Amino acid sequence: MPMAAYHLSLLLLIPAIGAVVVCLLPSERDRLLKWTAFIASLATFLWSAVLFRNFDNQAGSFQMVEQADWFRAAGFQVQYFLGLDGISLLLVLLTTVLIPLALLSSWNLKDRLKLYLASILLLEVGILGVFLALDLILFYVFWEVSLIPMYFLIGIWGSQRRIYAAVKFFIYTMAGSLLMLAGIVILYFLLGTGNFDLVEMIGILKRGEAVLSPGVETLLFGLFFVAFAVKVPVFPLHTWLPDAHTEAPTAASVILAGVLLKMGAYGLLRFCLPLFPSASVQLAPTVCVLALIGIIYGALVAMVQPDLKRLVAYSSVSHLGFVVLGIFSFNFQSMEGAAYQMLNHGVSTGALFLLVGILYERRHTRRVDEFGGLAHSMPRYSACFFVVLLGSIGLPGLGGFVGEFLILQGTFLTNVPAAAVAVCGVVLSAAYMLWMYQRVFLGRVEKEANRRLPDLSFREGAMLIPAIALSLWMGIGSGAFLRTMDTSIQQLVDRLNQDQHEQVVRSDAP
Amino acid sequence: MPLNTSVLLPEILLAVAGILLMLAIPVLPSRQQVRLGYAASLFLVAALVTALLQWGDHGPAFFGMVSMDALGGAARILFLVSSATVALISVSYLKRERLRHGEYFPLLLMATVGMSLMAVSADLIMTFLGLEILSISSYVLAGYRRGDPRSNESALKYFLLGAFSTAFMLYGIALLYGAAGSTKYAAIAEAAAQGQAGTATFLLGLGLLLVGFGFKAALAPLHVWTPDVYQGAPVPITAHLAVGSKAAVLITLLRLLHQVFPASADQWQVLLWIACAATMIIGNVAALIQTDVKRLLAYSSIAHAGYILLGVIANSPGGSQGVLFYLAAYSLMTLGAFAVVQVFARRDEQFTKLEDYRGIGYRHPLLSVSLTVFLLSLIGIPPTAGFYGKLFLFSAAVEADLVALVILAVLASAVGLYYYLQIIVLMFMKEAATPPEPVPIPLAARIVIIIMAAGTLYLGVYPAQVLSIAGEAAGL
Repeated sequence: MPMAAYHLSLLLLIPAIGAVVVCLLPSERDRLLKWTAFIASLATFLWSAVLFRNFDNQAGSFQMVEQADWFRAAGFQVQYFLGLDGISLLLVLLTTVLIPLALLSSWNLKDRLKLYLASILLLEVGILGVFLALDLILFYVFWEVSLIPMYFLIGIWGSQRRIYAAVKFFIYTMAGSLLMLAGIVILYFLLGTGNFDLVEMIGILKRGEAVLSPGVETLLFGLFFVAFAVKVPVFPLHTWLPDAHTEAPTAASVILAGVLLKMGAYGLLRFCLPLFPSASVQLAPTVCVLALIGIIYGALVAMVQPDLKRLVAYSSVSHLGFVVLGIFSFNFQSMEGAAYQMLNHGVSTGALFLLVGILYERRHTRRVDEFGGLAHSMPRYSACFFVVLLGSIGLPGLGGFVGEFLILQGTFLTNVPAAAVAVCGVVLSAAYMLWMYQRVFLGRVEKEANRRLPDLSFREGAMLIPAIALSLWMGIGSGAFLRTMDTSIQQLVDRLNQDQHEQVVRSDAP
Repeated sequence: MPLNTSVLLPEILLAVAGILLMLAIPVLPSRQQVRLGYAASLFLVAALVTALLQWGDHGPAFFGMVSMDALGGAARILFLVSSATVALISVSYLKRERLRHGEYFPLLLMATVGMSLMAVSADLIMTFLGLEILSISSYVLAGYRRGDPRSNESALKYFLLGAFSTAFMLYGIALLYGAAGSTKYAAIAEAAAQGQAGTATFLLGLGLLLVGFGFKAALAPLHVWTPDVYQGAPVPITAHLAVGSKAAVLITLLRLLHQVFPASADQWQVLLWIACAATMIIGNVAALIQTDVKRLLAYSSIAHAGYILLGVIANSPGGSQGVLFYLAAYSLMTLGAFAVVQVFARRDEQFTKLEDYRGIGYRHPLLSVSLTVFLLSLIGIPPTAGFYGKLFLFSAAVEADLVALVILAVLASAVGLYYYLQIIVLMFMKEAATPPEPVPIPLAARIVIIIMAAGTLYLGVYPAQVLSIAGEAAGL
């Protein structure tokens, strides 16, 4: 089946070709450039939808696998190894949905448009590659490839403190990934596989053909964890996030919050847990405490932010704390909830950044106290904002509820105090979001500038409606998404349980 | 043992060419002197082709003074590429700075001969001669901008400290001769294996030798001369010092330690461990506060020598392979970066401050984009050569149980991110105070920049070929 063999490569190729075409087009032709990029991103989305249809929910292992030698020389074998499972499939979809919306949000941009569009498409290639790669080196390459365009997006098109934010973002992420690179190399030698094949590595560890001593396993877990924790971000490695999200242009904020953060959580699920199950279990209490601090701290800081974008950024710290808590509670519900919360956060926070971007385009300020009573001047906008906001704080019927509920339910089974603290986070998130809504949208119009703001345009509607529809669909029809992930999550839980079981056996032995 | 001259054909070619060019100086009218540069480049390319054709032609020569093997063959190809690049970017440089072409190119050719002889030497006397040919040519070249006090300072400093370190090295050789009764590599290794390795004379000799090499390779704490010398020397010569000269010293060091002193590995590994850690940390931290791009690249080259030491300390074929691959990657990206700096500096090297790069991103796309590629490669980001360079070095070091040093290297290179990024920030994310003037890019420099950028990306996407050559050279 020659056609079927290149399903995933095609997914990477479409945006890559789009980026090349954009680079080759003349830079004066603004409209042509924008449409080319948009159509490329739309085509990527359609192709990922085809993949979603062809995906078999029941099959346990990776699907649509492509495996070939990239190069093999002097004892090194690096593979071009792509594959999809339930978790990565949904994250791929999230990416391909958000990129066209992000492009729509920057439709009015004029400054160095060509470079901008090419960066976004290249970023898409990097992100999709991260979710598809099953070879550790290939994964690392994509991981870094996604870093550079984002660095330029923040640094060139961001607002006042963009350079500080861009450099901070880059250094935090890169320092983490260099540690991961050291971890990859150490793992490679300890397992003696002769290649960087993730599936084979997990297989060897699972069958007990290679055993990592507890100290080494903890070290490796730490090296990988730091790289992912920076991206997620886990408290106290989160400080790059508010700067980067706030200073980035709208489209970049959408992609950052929507997908880039998920790369970290995905890394935890795909690499940290299955490769180092005992260390994960052992360190879970510490990680959970950090996650809880993130939840509460993020929410409290969000509450007092005078800047809308910063508020949304800190809300991400809080929401991603839930995801980490869910992952490290190690049961089926909580992990599935975490994966689901990743998707929902991508949609709802992405949409929130789109909405803030719309407001910023009109008023060139993001300060909460500059607004008030917008519900009068922009009724449709306010309504959209409210729905998205409810999705973000987890109102039943919208996406956020399912994820948070599953996480809390799962956590409650294993760790009651943690669940109790996390519930406070849910309450706080409702508080800061609704309070913000009240100050920005309700009451009388105090400022003259807010009196005659144009409501949503067609283009703006076109980018919000898919996000809102998706949020609703994820709230009501969550089964379709959950079913896709069931098998993959179950395998992960089994892997962790197998290890716990073995530990029990080992400790029982004389 | 036969004379076997054919093994050293490229070196002989270069030496003869150097003498011919020197003879041509008084004959050629001054307007035609430019041709000397092109002739030198041509000779270097011819020597490169000869060296490539001779790949695999191994064996001792010159009565056992030199011995050609895969390592020497690979090393000399690297030096020839480096010198040819330096020659190509020198032609327009000398023309622009109104410097005499005359002695410059013969000296460069001689320096190249010196580098090759070091790398294929099988006798400490030959190693020393090679090093001296290289060093004395380089002292003169560093001071080639006679009208500029900085260049004079550079040459004088380099000469005085270089002579000092040479004395150390010579003393070391004398002690080793005393301990082993010979200066031949094989005889010294033999004597070491038979118990000389533990004697004070032998260890002191080795230690003094390491001091000499440490100075030439600019390993901390013997690196202090580097920034001033690099800053004052003409840009192409800075490139020569940072790439060809440094690679020659490191490869010779690698050969000596792995082939002659394996019996003392415990001792030199400890010394180099400390030097490696110090070099990486000092190089990266000091680069943070530099405001001159030549000085910044000087500190960066110190830091990179530190990474390369990881592979030397590993003391394994994998380590040597990593060193050779890294040197190839490092040469491409550093030569490329210096080519950009050379073009951008313009007359009298006016524009070498970091601030001068402000806002040039869109005005000079070739320079800024290629410099970005080189800087990303120096950081070690895929898909550039620097990434695989680091990967192979780190993995060899991990294999040799140097995990702590690898993690230190990782943290040091994380510090290094900042100063490389700073240049990218200046080029693309800040506006120029005054509109940047046009920068003429001479054809030769343009070709060099494009080839180096393409090479950097090629090694970053498909490192297999160069890696297997490096593996062969490392005896893997």
